[in-house]
Amino acid sequence: MSLSDSFFGQKFGVTEQDLQSYLSEALSAGGDYADLYFEYLATSSLSIDESIVKSAVQGVSLGVGVRVISGERTGYAYSDDLSAQKIRRAARVAACIAKGPAKVDKTGFEESRKRNLYPVLRAPNETSLTERVELVKMADRAARACDPRVFQVQASYVDSLRQVLVANSDGVLSFDRQPMARLGVAVLAREGEGTPQRGYAGGGGRVALDFFRGEKTPEYFAREATRQAIVQLSAVPAPAGEMTVVLGPGWPGILLHEAVGHGLEADFNRKKVSAFSDRMGEHVASPLCTVIDDGTIQNRRGSLNVDDEGVPTQQNVLIEKGVLRGYLYDKLSSRLLRSGTTGNGRRESYQHIPMPRMTNTFMLAGESDPADIIRSTPKGLYCANFGGGQVDITSGNFVFSASESYLIEDGHITRPVRGATLIGNGPEALKYVSMVGNDWKLDEGVGIWGKDGQSVPVGVGIPTLKIDRLTVGGTAG
Amino acid sequence: MIDPELATQAIRLALARGANDAECTISEGEEFTASVRMRSLETLKDAGSRGAGLRVLIGKQVGSSYTSDLSAEGMRKLVESALEIAAISTEDPHAGLPDPSELGSLSTDLRLYSDDINSIDTSYRIAQALEAEEAALSADPRITNSEGASFESYSGERLFANSRGFAGSYRQSSCSLSATPVAREGDSMERDYWYSTARSHATLESPLSIGRKAAERTVRRLGARKVSTQKVPVIFDAMTARSLLSEVFEAVEGTAVYQKASFLAGKLGERVAAESVTVVDDGTIPGLFGTSPFDDEGVPSRRTVVIDRGILRSYLLNTYTARKLGLRTTGNAARGLTGNASVGHGNLYLEKGEKSPEEIIRGIGRGLYVTELIGSAVNTVTGDYSRGAAGQWIENGEFAYPVSEITIASNLLRMLMDIEHIGSDLEFRGSVASPTVMIREMTVSGQ
Repeated sequence: MSLSDSFFGQKFGVTEQDLQSYLSEALSAGGDYADLYFEYLATSSLSIDESIVKSAVQGVSLGVGVRVISGERTGYAYSDDLSAQKIRRAARVAACIAKGPAKVDKTGFEESRKRNLYPVLRAPNETSLTERVELVKMADRAARACDPRVFQVQASYVDSLRQVLVANSDGVLSFDRQPMARLGVAVLAREGEGTPQRGYAGGGGRVALDFFRGEKTPEYFAREATRQAIVQLSAVPAPAGEMTVVLGPGWPGILLHEAVGHGLEADFNRKKVSAFSDRMGEHVASPLCTVIDDGTIQNRRGSLNVDDEGVPTQQNVLIEKGVLRGYLYDKLSSRLLRSGTTGNGRRESYQHIPMPRMTNTFMLAGESDPADIIRSTPKGLYCANFGGGQVDITSGNFVFSASESYLIEDGHITRPVRGATLIGNGPEALKYVSMVGNDWKLDEGVGIWGKDGQSVPVGVGIPTLKIDRLTVGGTAG
Repeated sequence: MIDPELATQAIRLALARGANDAECTISEGEEFTASVRMRSLETLKDAGSRGAGLRVLIGKQVGSSYTSDLSAEGMRKLVESALEIAAISTEDPHAGLPDPSELGSLSTDLRLYSDDINSIDTSYRIAQALEAEEAALSADPRITNSEGASFESYSGERLFANSRGFAGSYRQSSCSLSATPVAREGDSMERDYWYSTARSHATLESPLSIGRKAAERTVRRLGARKVSTQKVPVIFDAMTARSLLSEVFEAVEGTAVYQKASFLAGKLGERVAAESVTVVDDGTIPGLFGTSPFDDEGVPSRRTVVIDRGILRSYLLNTYTARKLGLRTTGNAARGLTGNASVGHGNLYLEKGEKSPEEIIRGIGRGLYVTELIGSAVNTVTGDYSRGAAGQWIENGEFAYPVSEITIASNLLRMLMDIEHIGSDLEFRGSVASPTVMIREMTVSGQ
């Protein structure tokens, strides 16, 4: 694709000369590097509550961010107006970070490597609203039909189509068209006049609307949300103290995101403020653990053809058989640490400065039969679903909150327990992994994670995992 | 200044094209950040943006749209987009704008905007950040590293108009200075932070004080241990106690209440907390961050007593949730640029008690003093509460050693009833404020 055929060339008449002149302006006070991030984002969201489609919103936002890097310094400015005058003004503001003679940048652009990990001809955002609203109506009907104890259903559908153009002073030009859609169902169920319990399920990815008509239908998510709420109706208080914890496959992989992922982002390690700093080559997990971050998985929520700095994403090994092997880099970190890029420079929007972030983070499958893992556990907790998590990357302490878990008694999964926080220490927790299942699974595609006030979509995954020691924050002695 | 005509024209066009009601929000703002790290400038960010949102009603069907393009063409598309999407929503008998009698704006000077934010130059802002970081780095030899310090400011304007004749706007400013040092001793590495935020830079805490407090808060965490699992009294310091107010808010905001997704739903007039507990939401206090002349539907902000000496007296409501519950709005509508209003709070606070935090700590034989909470396994439907915590272990009324990698758990309703002491140290550092709070007993989970 040439610039003139691209979205921004076609719709806004952006030319190579324009980009060149903005970058020259950005480097007019010196600096090592400059880039431009053009973004056009169309979104829609629909939700149903009490079987009424109460909320329906659509909109567009547009803007360009200009960044100048000079040594360890970053200057950043943006404009929500694509007029040459406004972009030049933003470039001059960003240029203030550098102090020196103007840098003459390369002339001409080369396009970055081409591929399409989400070949979605018609993005969900480009389909008719009638088709899309049907999804929340179906989810509502299905959840209400699932079980008479369900008394509240809220279903929501959100999609977006992001058009991106990145041009930098190294002469690299990238375009991307990034579709996204997600459907979620939340239900409340109760027994008579008893305490209500909540269940939630959702999923999606960089997919076409047909995704929700195949395997992952509104009915599928409705059934799953209902199942979770019904399970909670008979839950007993969660235990308190250190114990063996078995994590089910898929979404419980947020353990990796919190326990190791954030701590391996290169900005923290460049500054030596992470519990994983200076530990490359050391054992930070049991030899059963190999952890990967991979932005190239087809149609996944965390996947990108190019990251938000125009660098193609790739598969990166973070931990290999328990040994720390790699960090996640953005351009600034890879320049300063003189390492290669990994395609992990991400940002929430044109208003935000890129930083190293995860894409899809998972642990490779092991050899154990999941049933054997349960059987081998005399007493512990089995966690099937989680809410969110958080980490203090400096101390390494992380938490994640179990929303569906069960006691394991004498090698059997027995009673469901109420929600509880699990807490551990990043560089220590995975050393206690004693069994890894052969049932590898990625999550359904609902994750959004925040860092320094910026939210980006990510994916996670694990096989069934046994951790011999983790603290469970319930109330029962 | 935002031209009010932009909003009124969009509303007129929506009405001409078939809407029977419409409301329009336009906001513009400028943000600035100077951050430094290890005594050197790291990032400068300086930019502004605008946006407009429109919500229309066609009969009882609602549609909303937003755009960052405020040109005539952009505003026309905004109207078309809202009308288009309204057509696929379903009739909602409770949908509608506030009654005209509810609309209005406070006329007193709420001191939300201070011009001095724009008059200080970049080099001064950088110098403030450098000074705060330096104060942290030089406070203690164990402070060996830093995640930096930053000076941030924001100024902007928000305009709201509807088809019932309301039009109002207000400007706001804020600035903040923060420092995040890293301390090390042996194998233990910890970080913590301190910050100050204000409407005017003249009222910010000094860089020296911010840096020193940040250092003190960081160093006291070094060498943290895990404790064994047990039930003990738990003191939330004033910073972490604010989160308890946020949990109470989640349980008294109208949407959770009408959906019966709250452990406080249906409990108006009942005892839900210890007698010492009075929780107030007040959006009218001049200069604070939860203050505004009107809410995001054009209803004047006001003071609402939520819990009065332990008795639940009022929910916090917007027009929609009030209609669902057969009550009147409390002026708590909140929204971004567009969409149906949700419920927000003004300045939400717990009234102060009599004892100083030191006295409360001295009164405890053994217990936990919480200075940080992480994670959010708090279920406002059931009240079940379980969060990661760090702080100081108390033995014989004194701090014995720092603790971390533990959780605290109970149930919110029980926690509110179990509040035994409320400190005298109420200070507004944001739109939620609380003094120190002591809860008689919670489960601490550790080794």
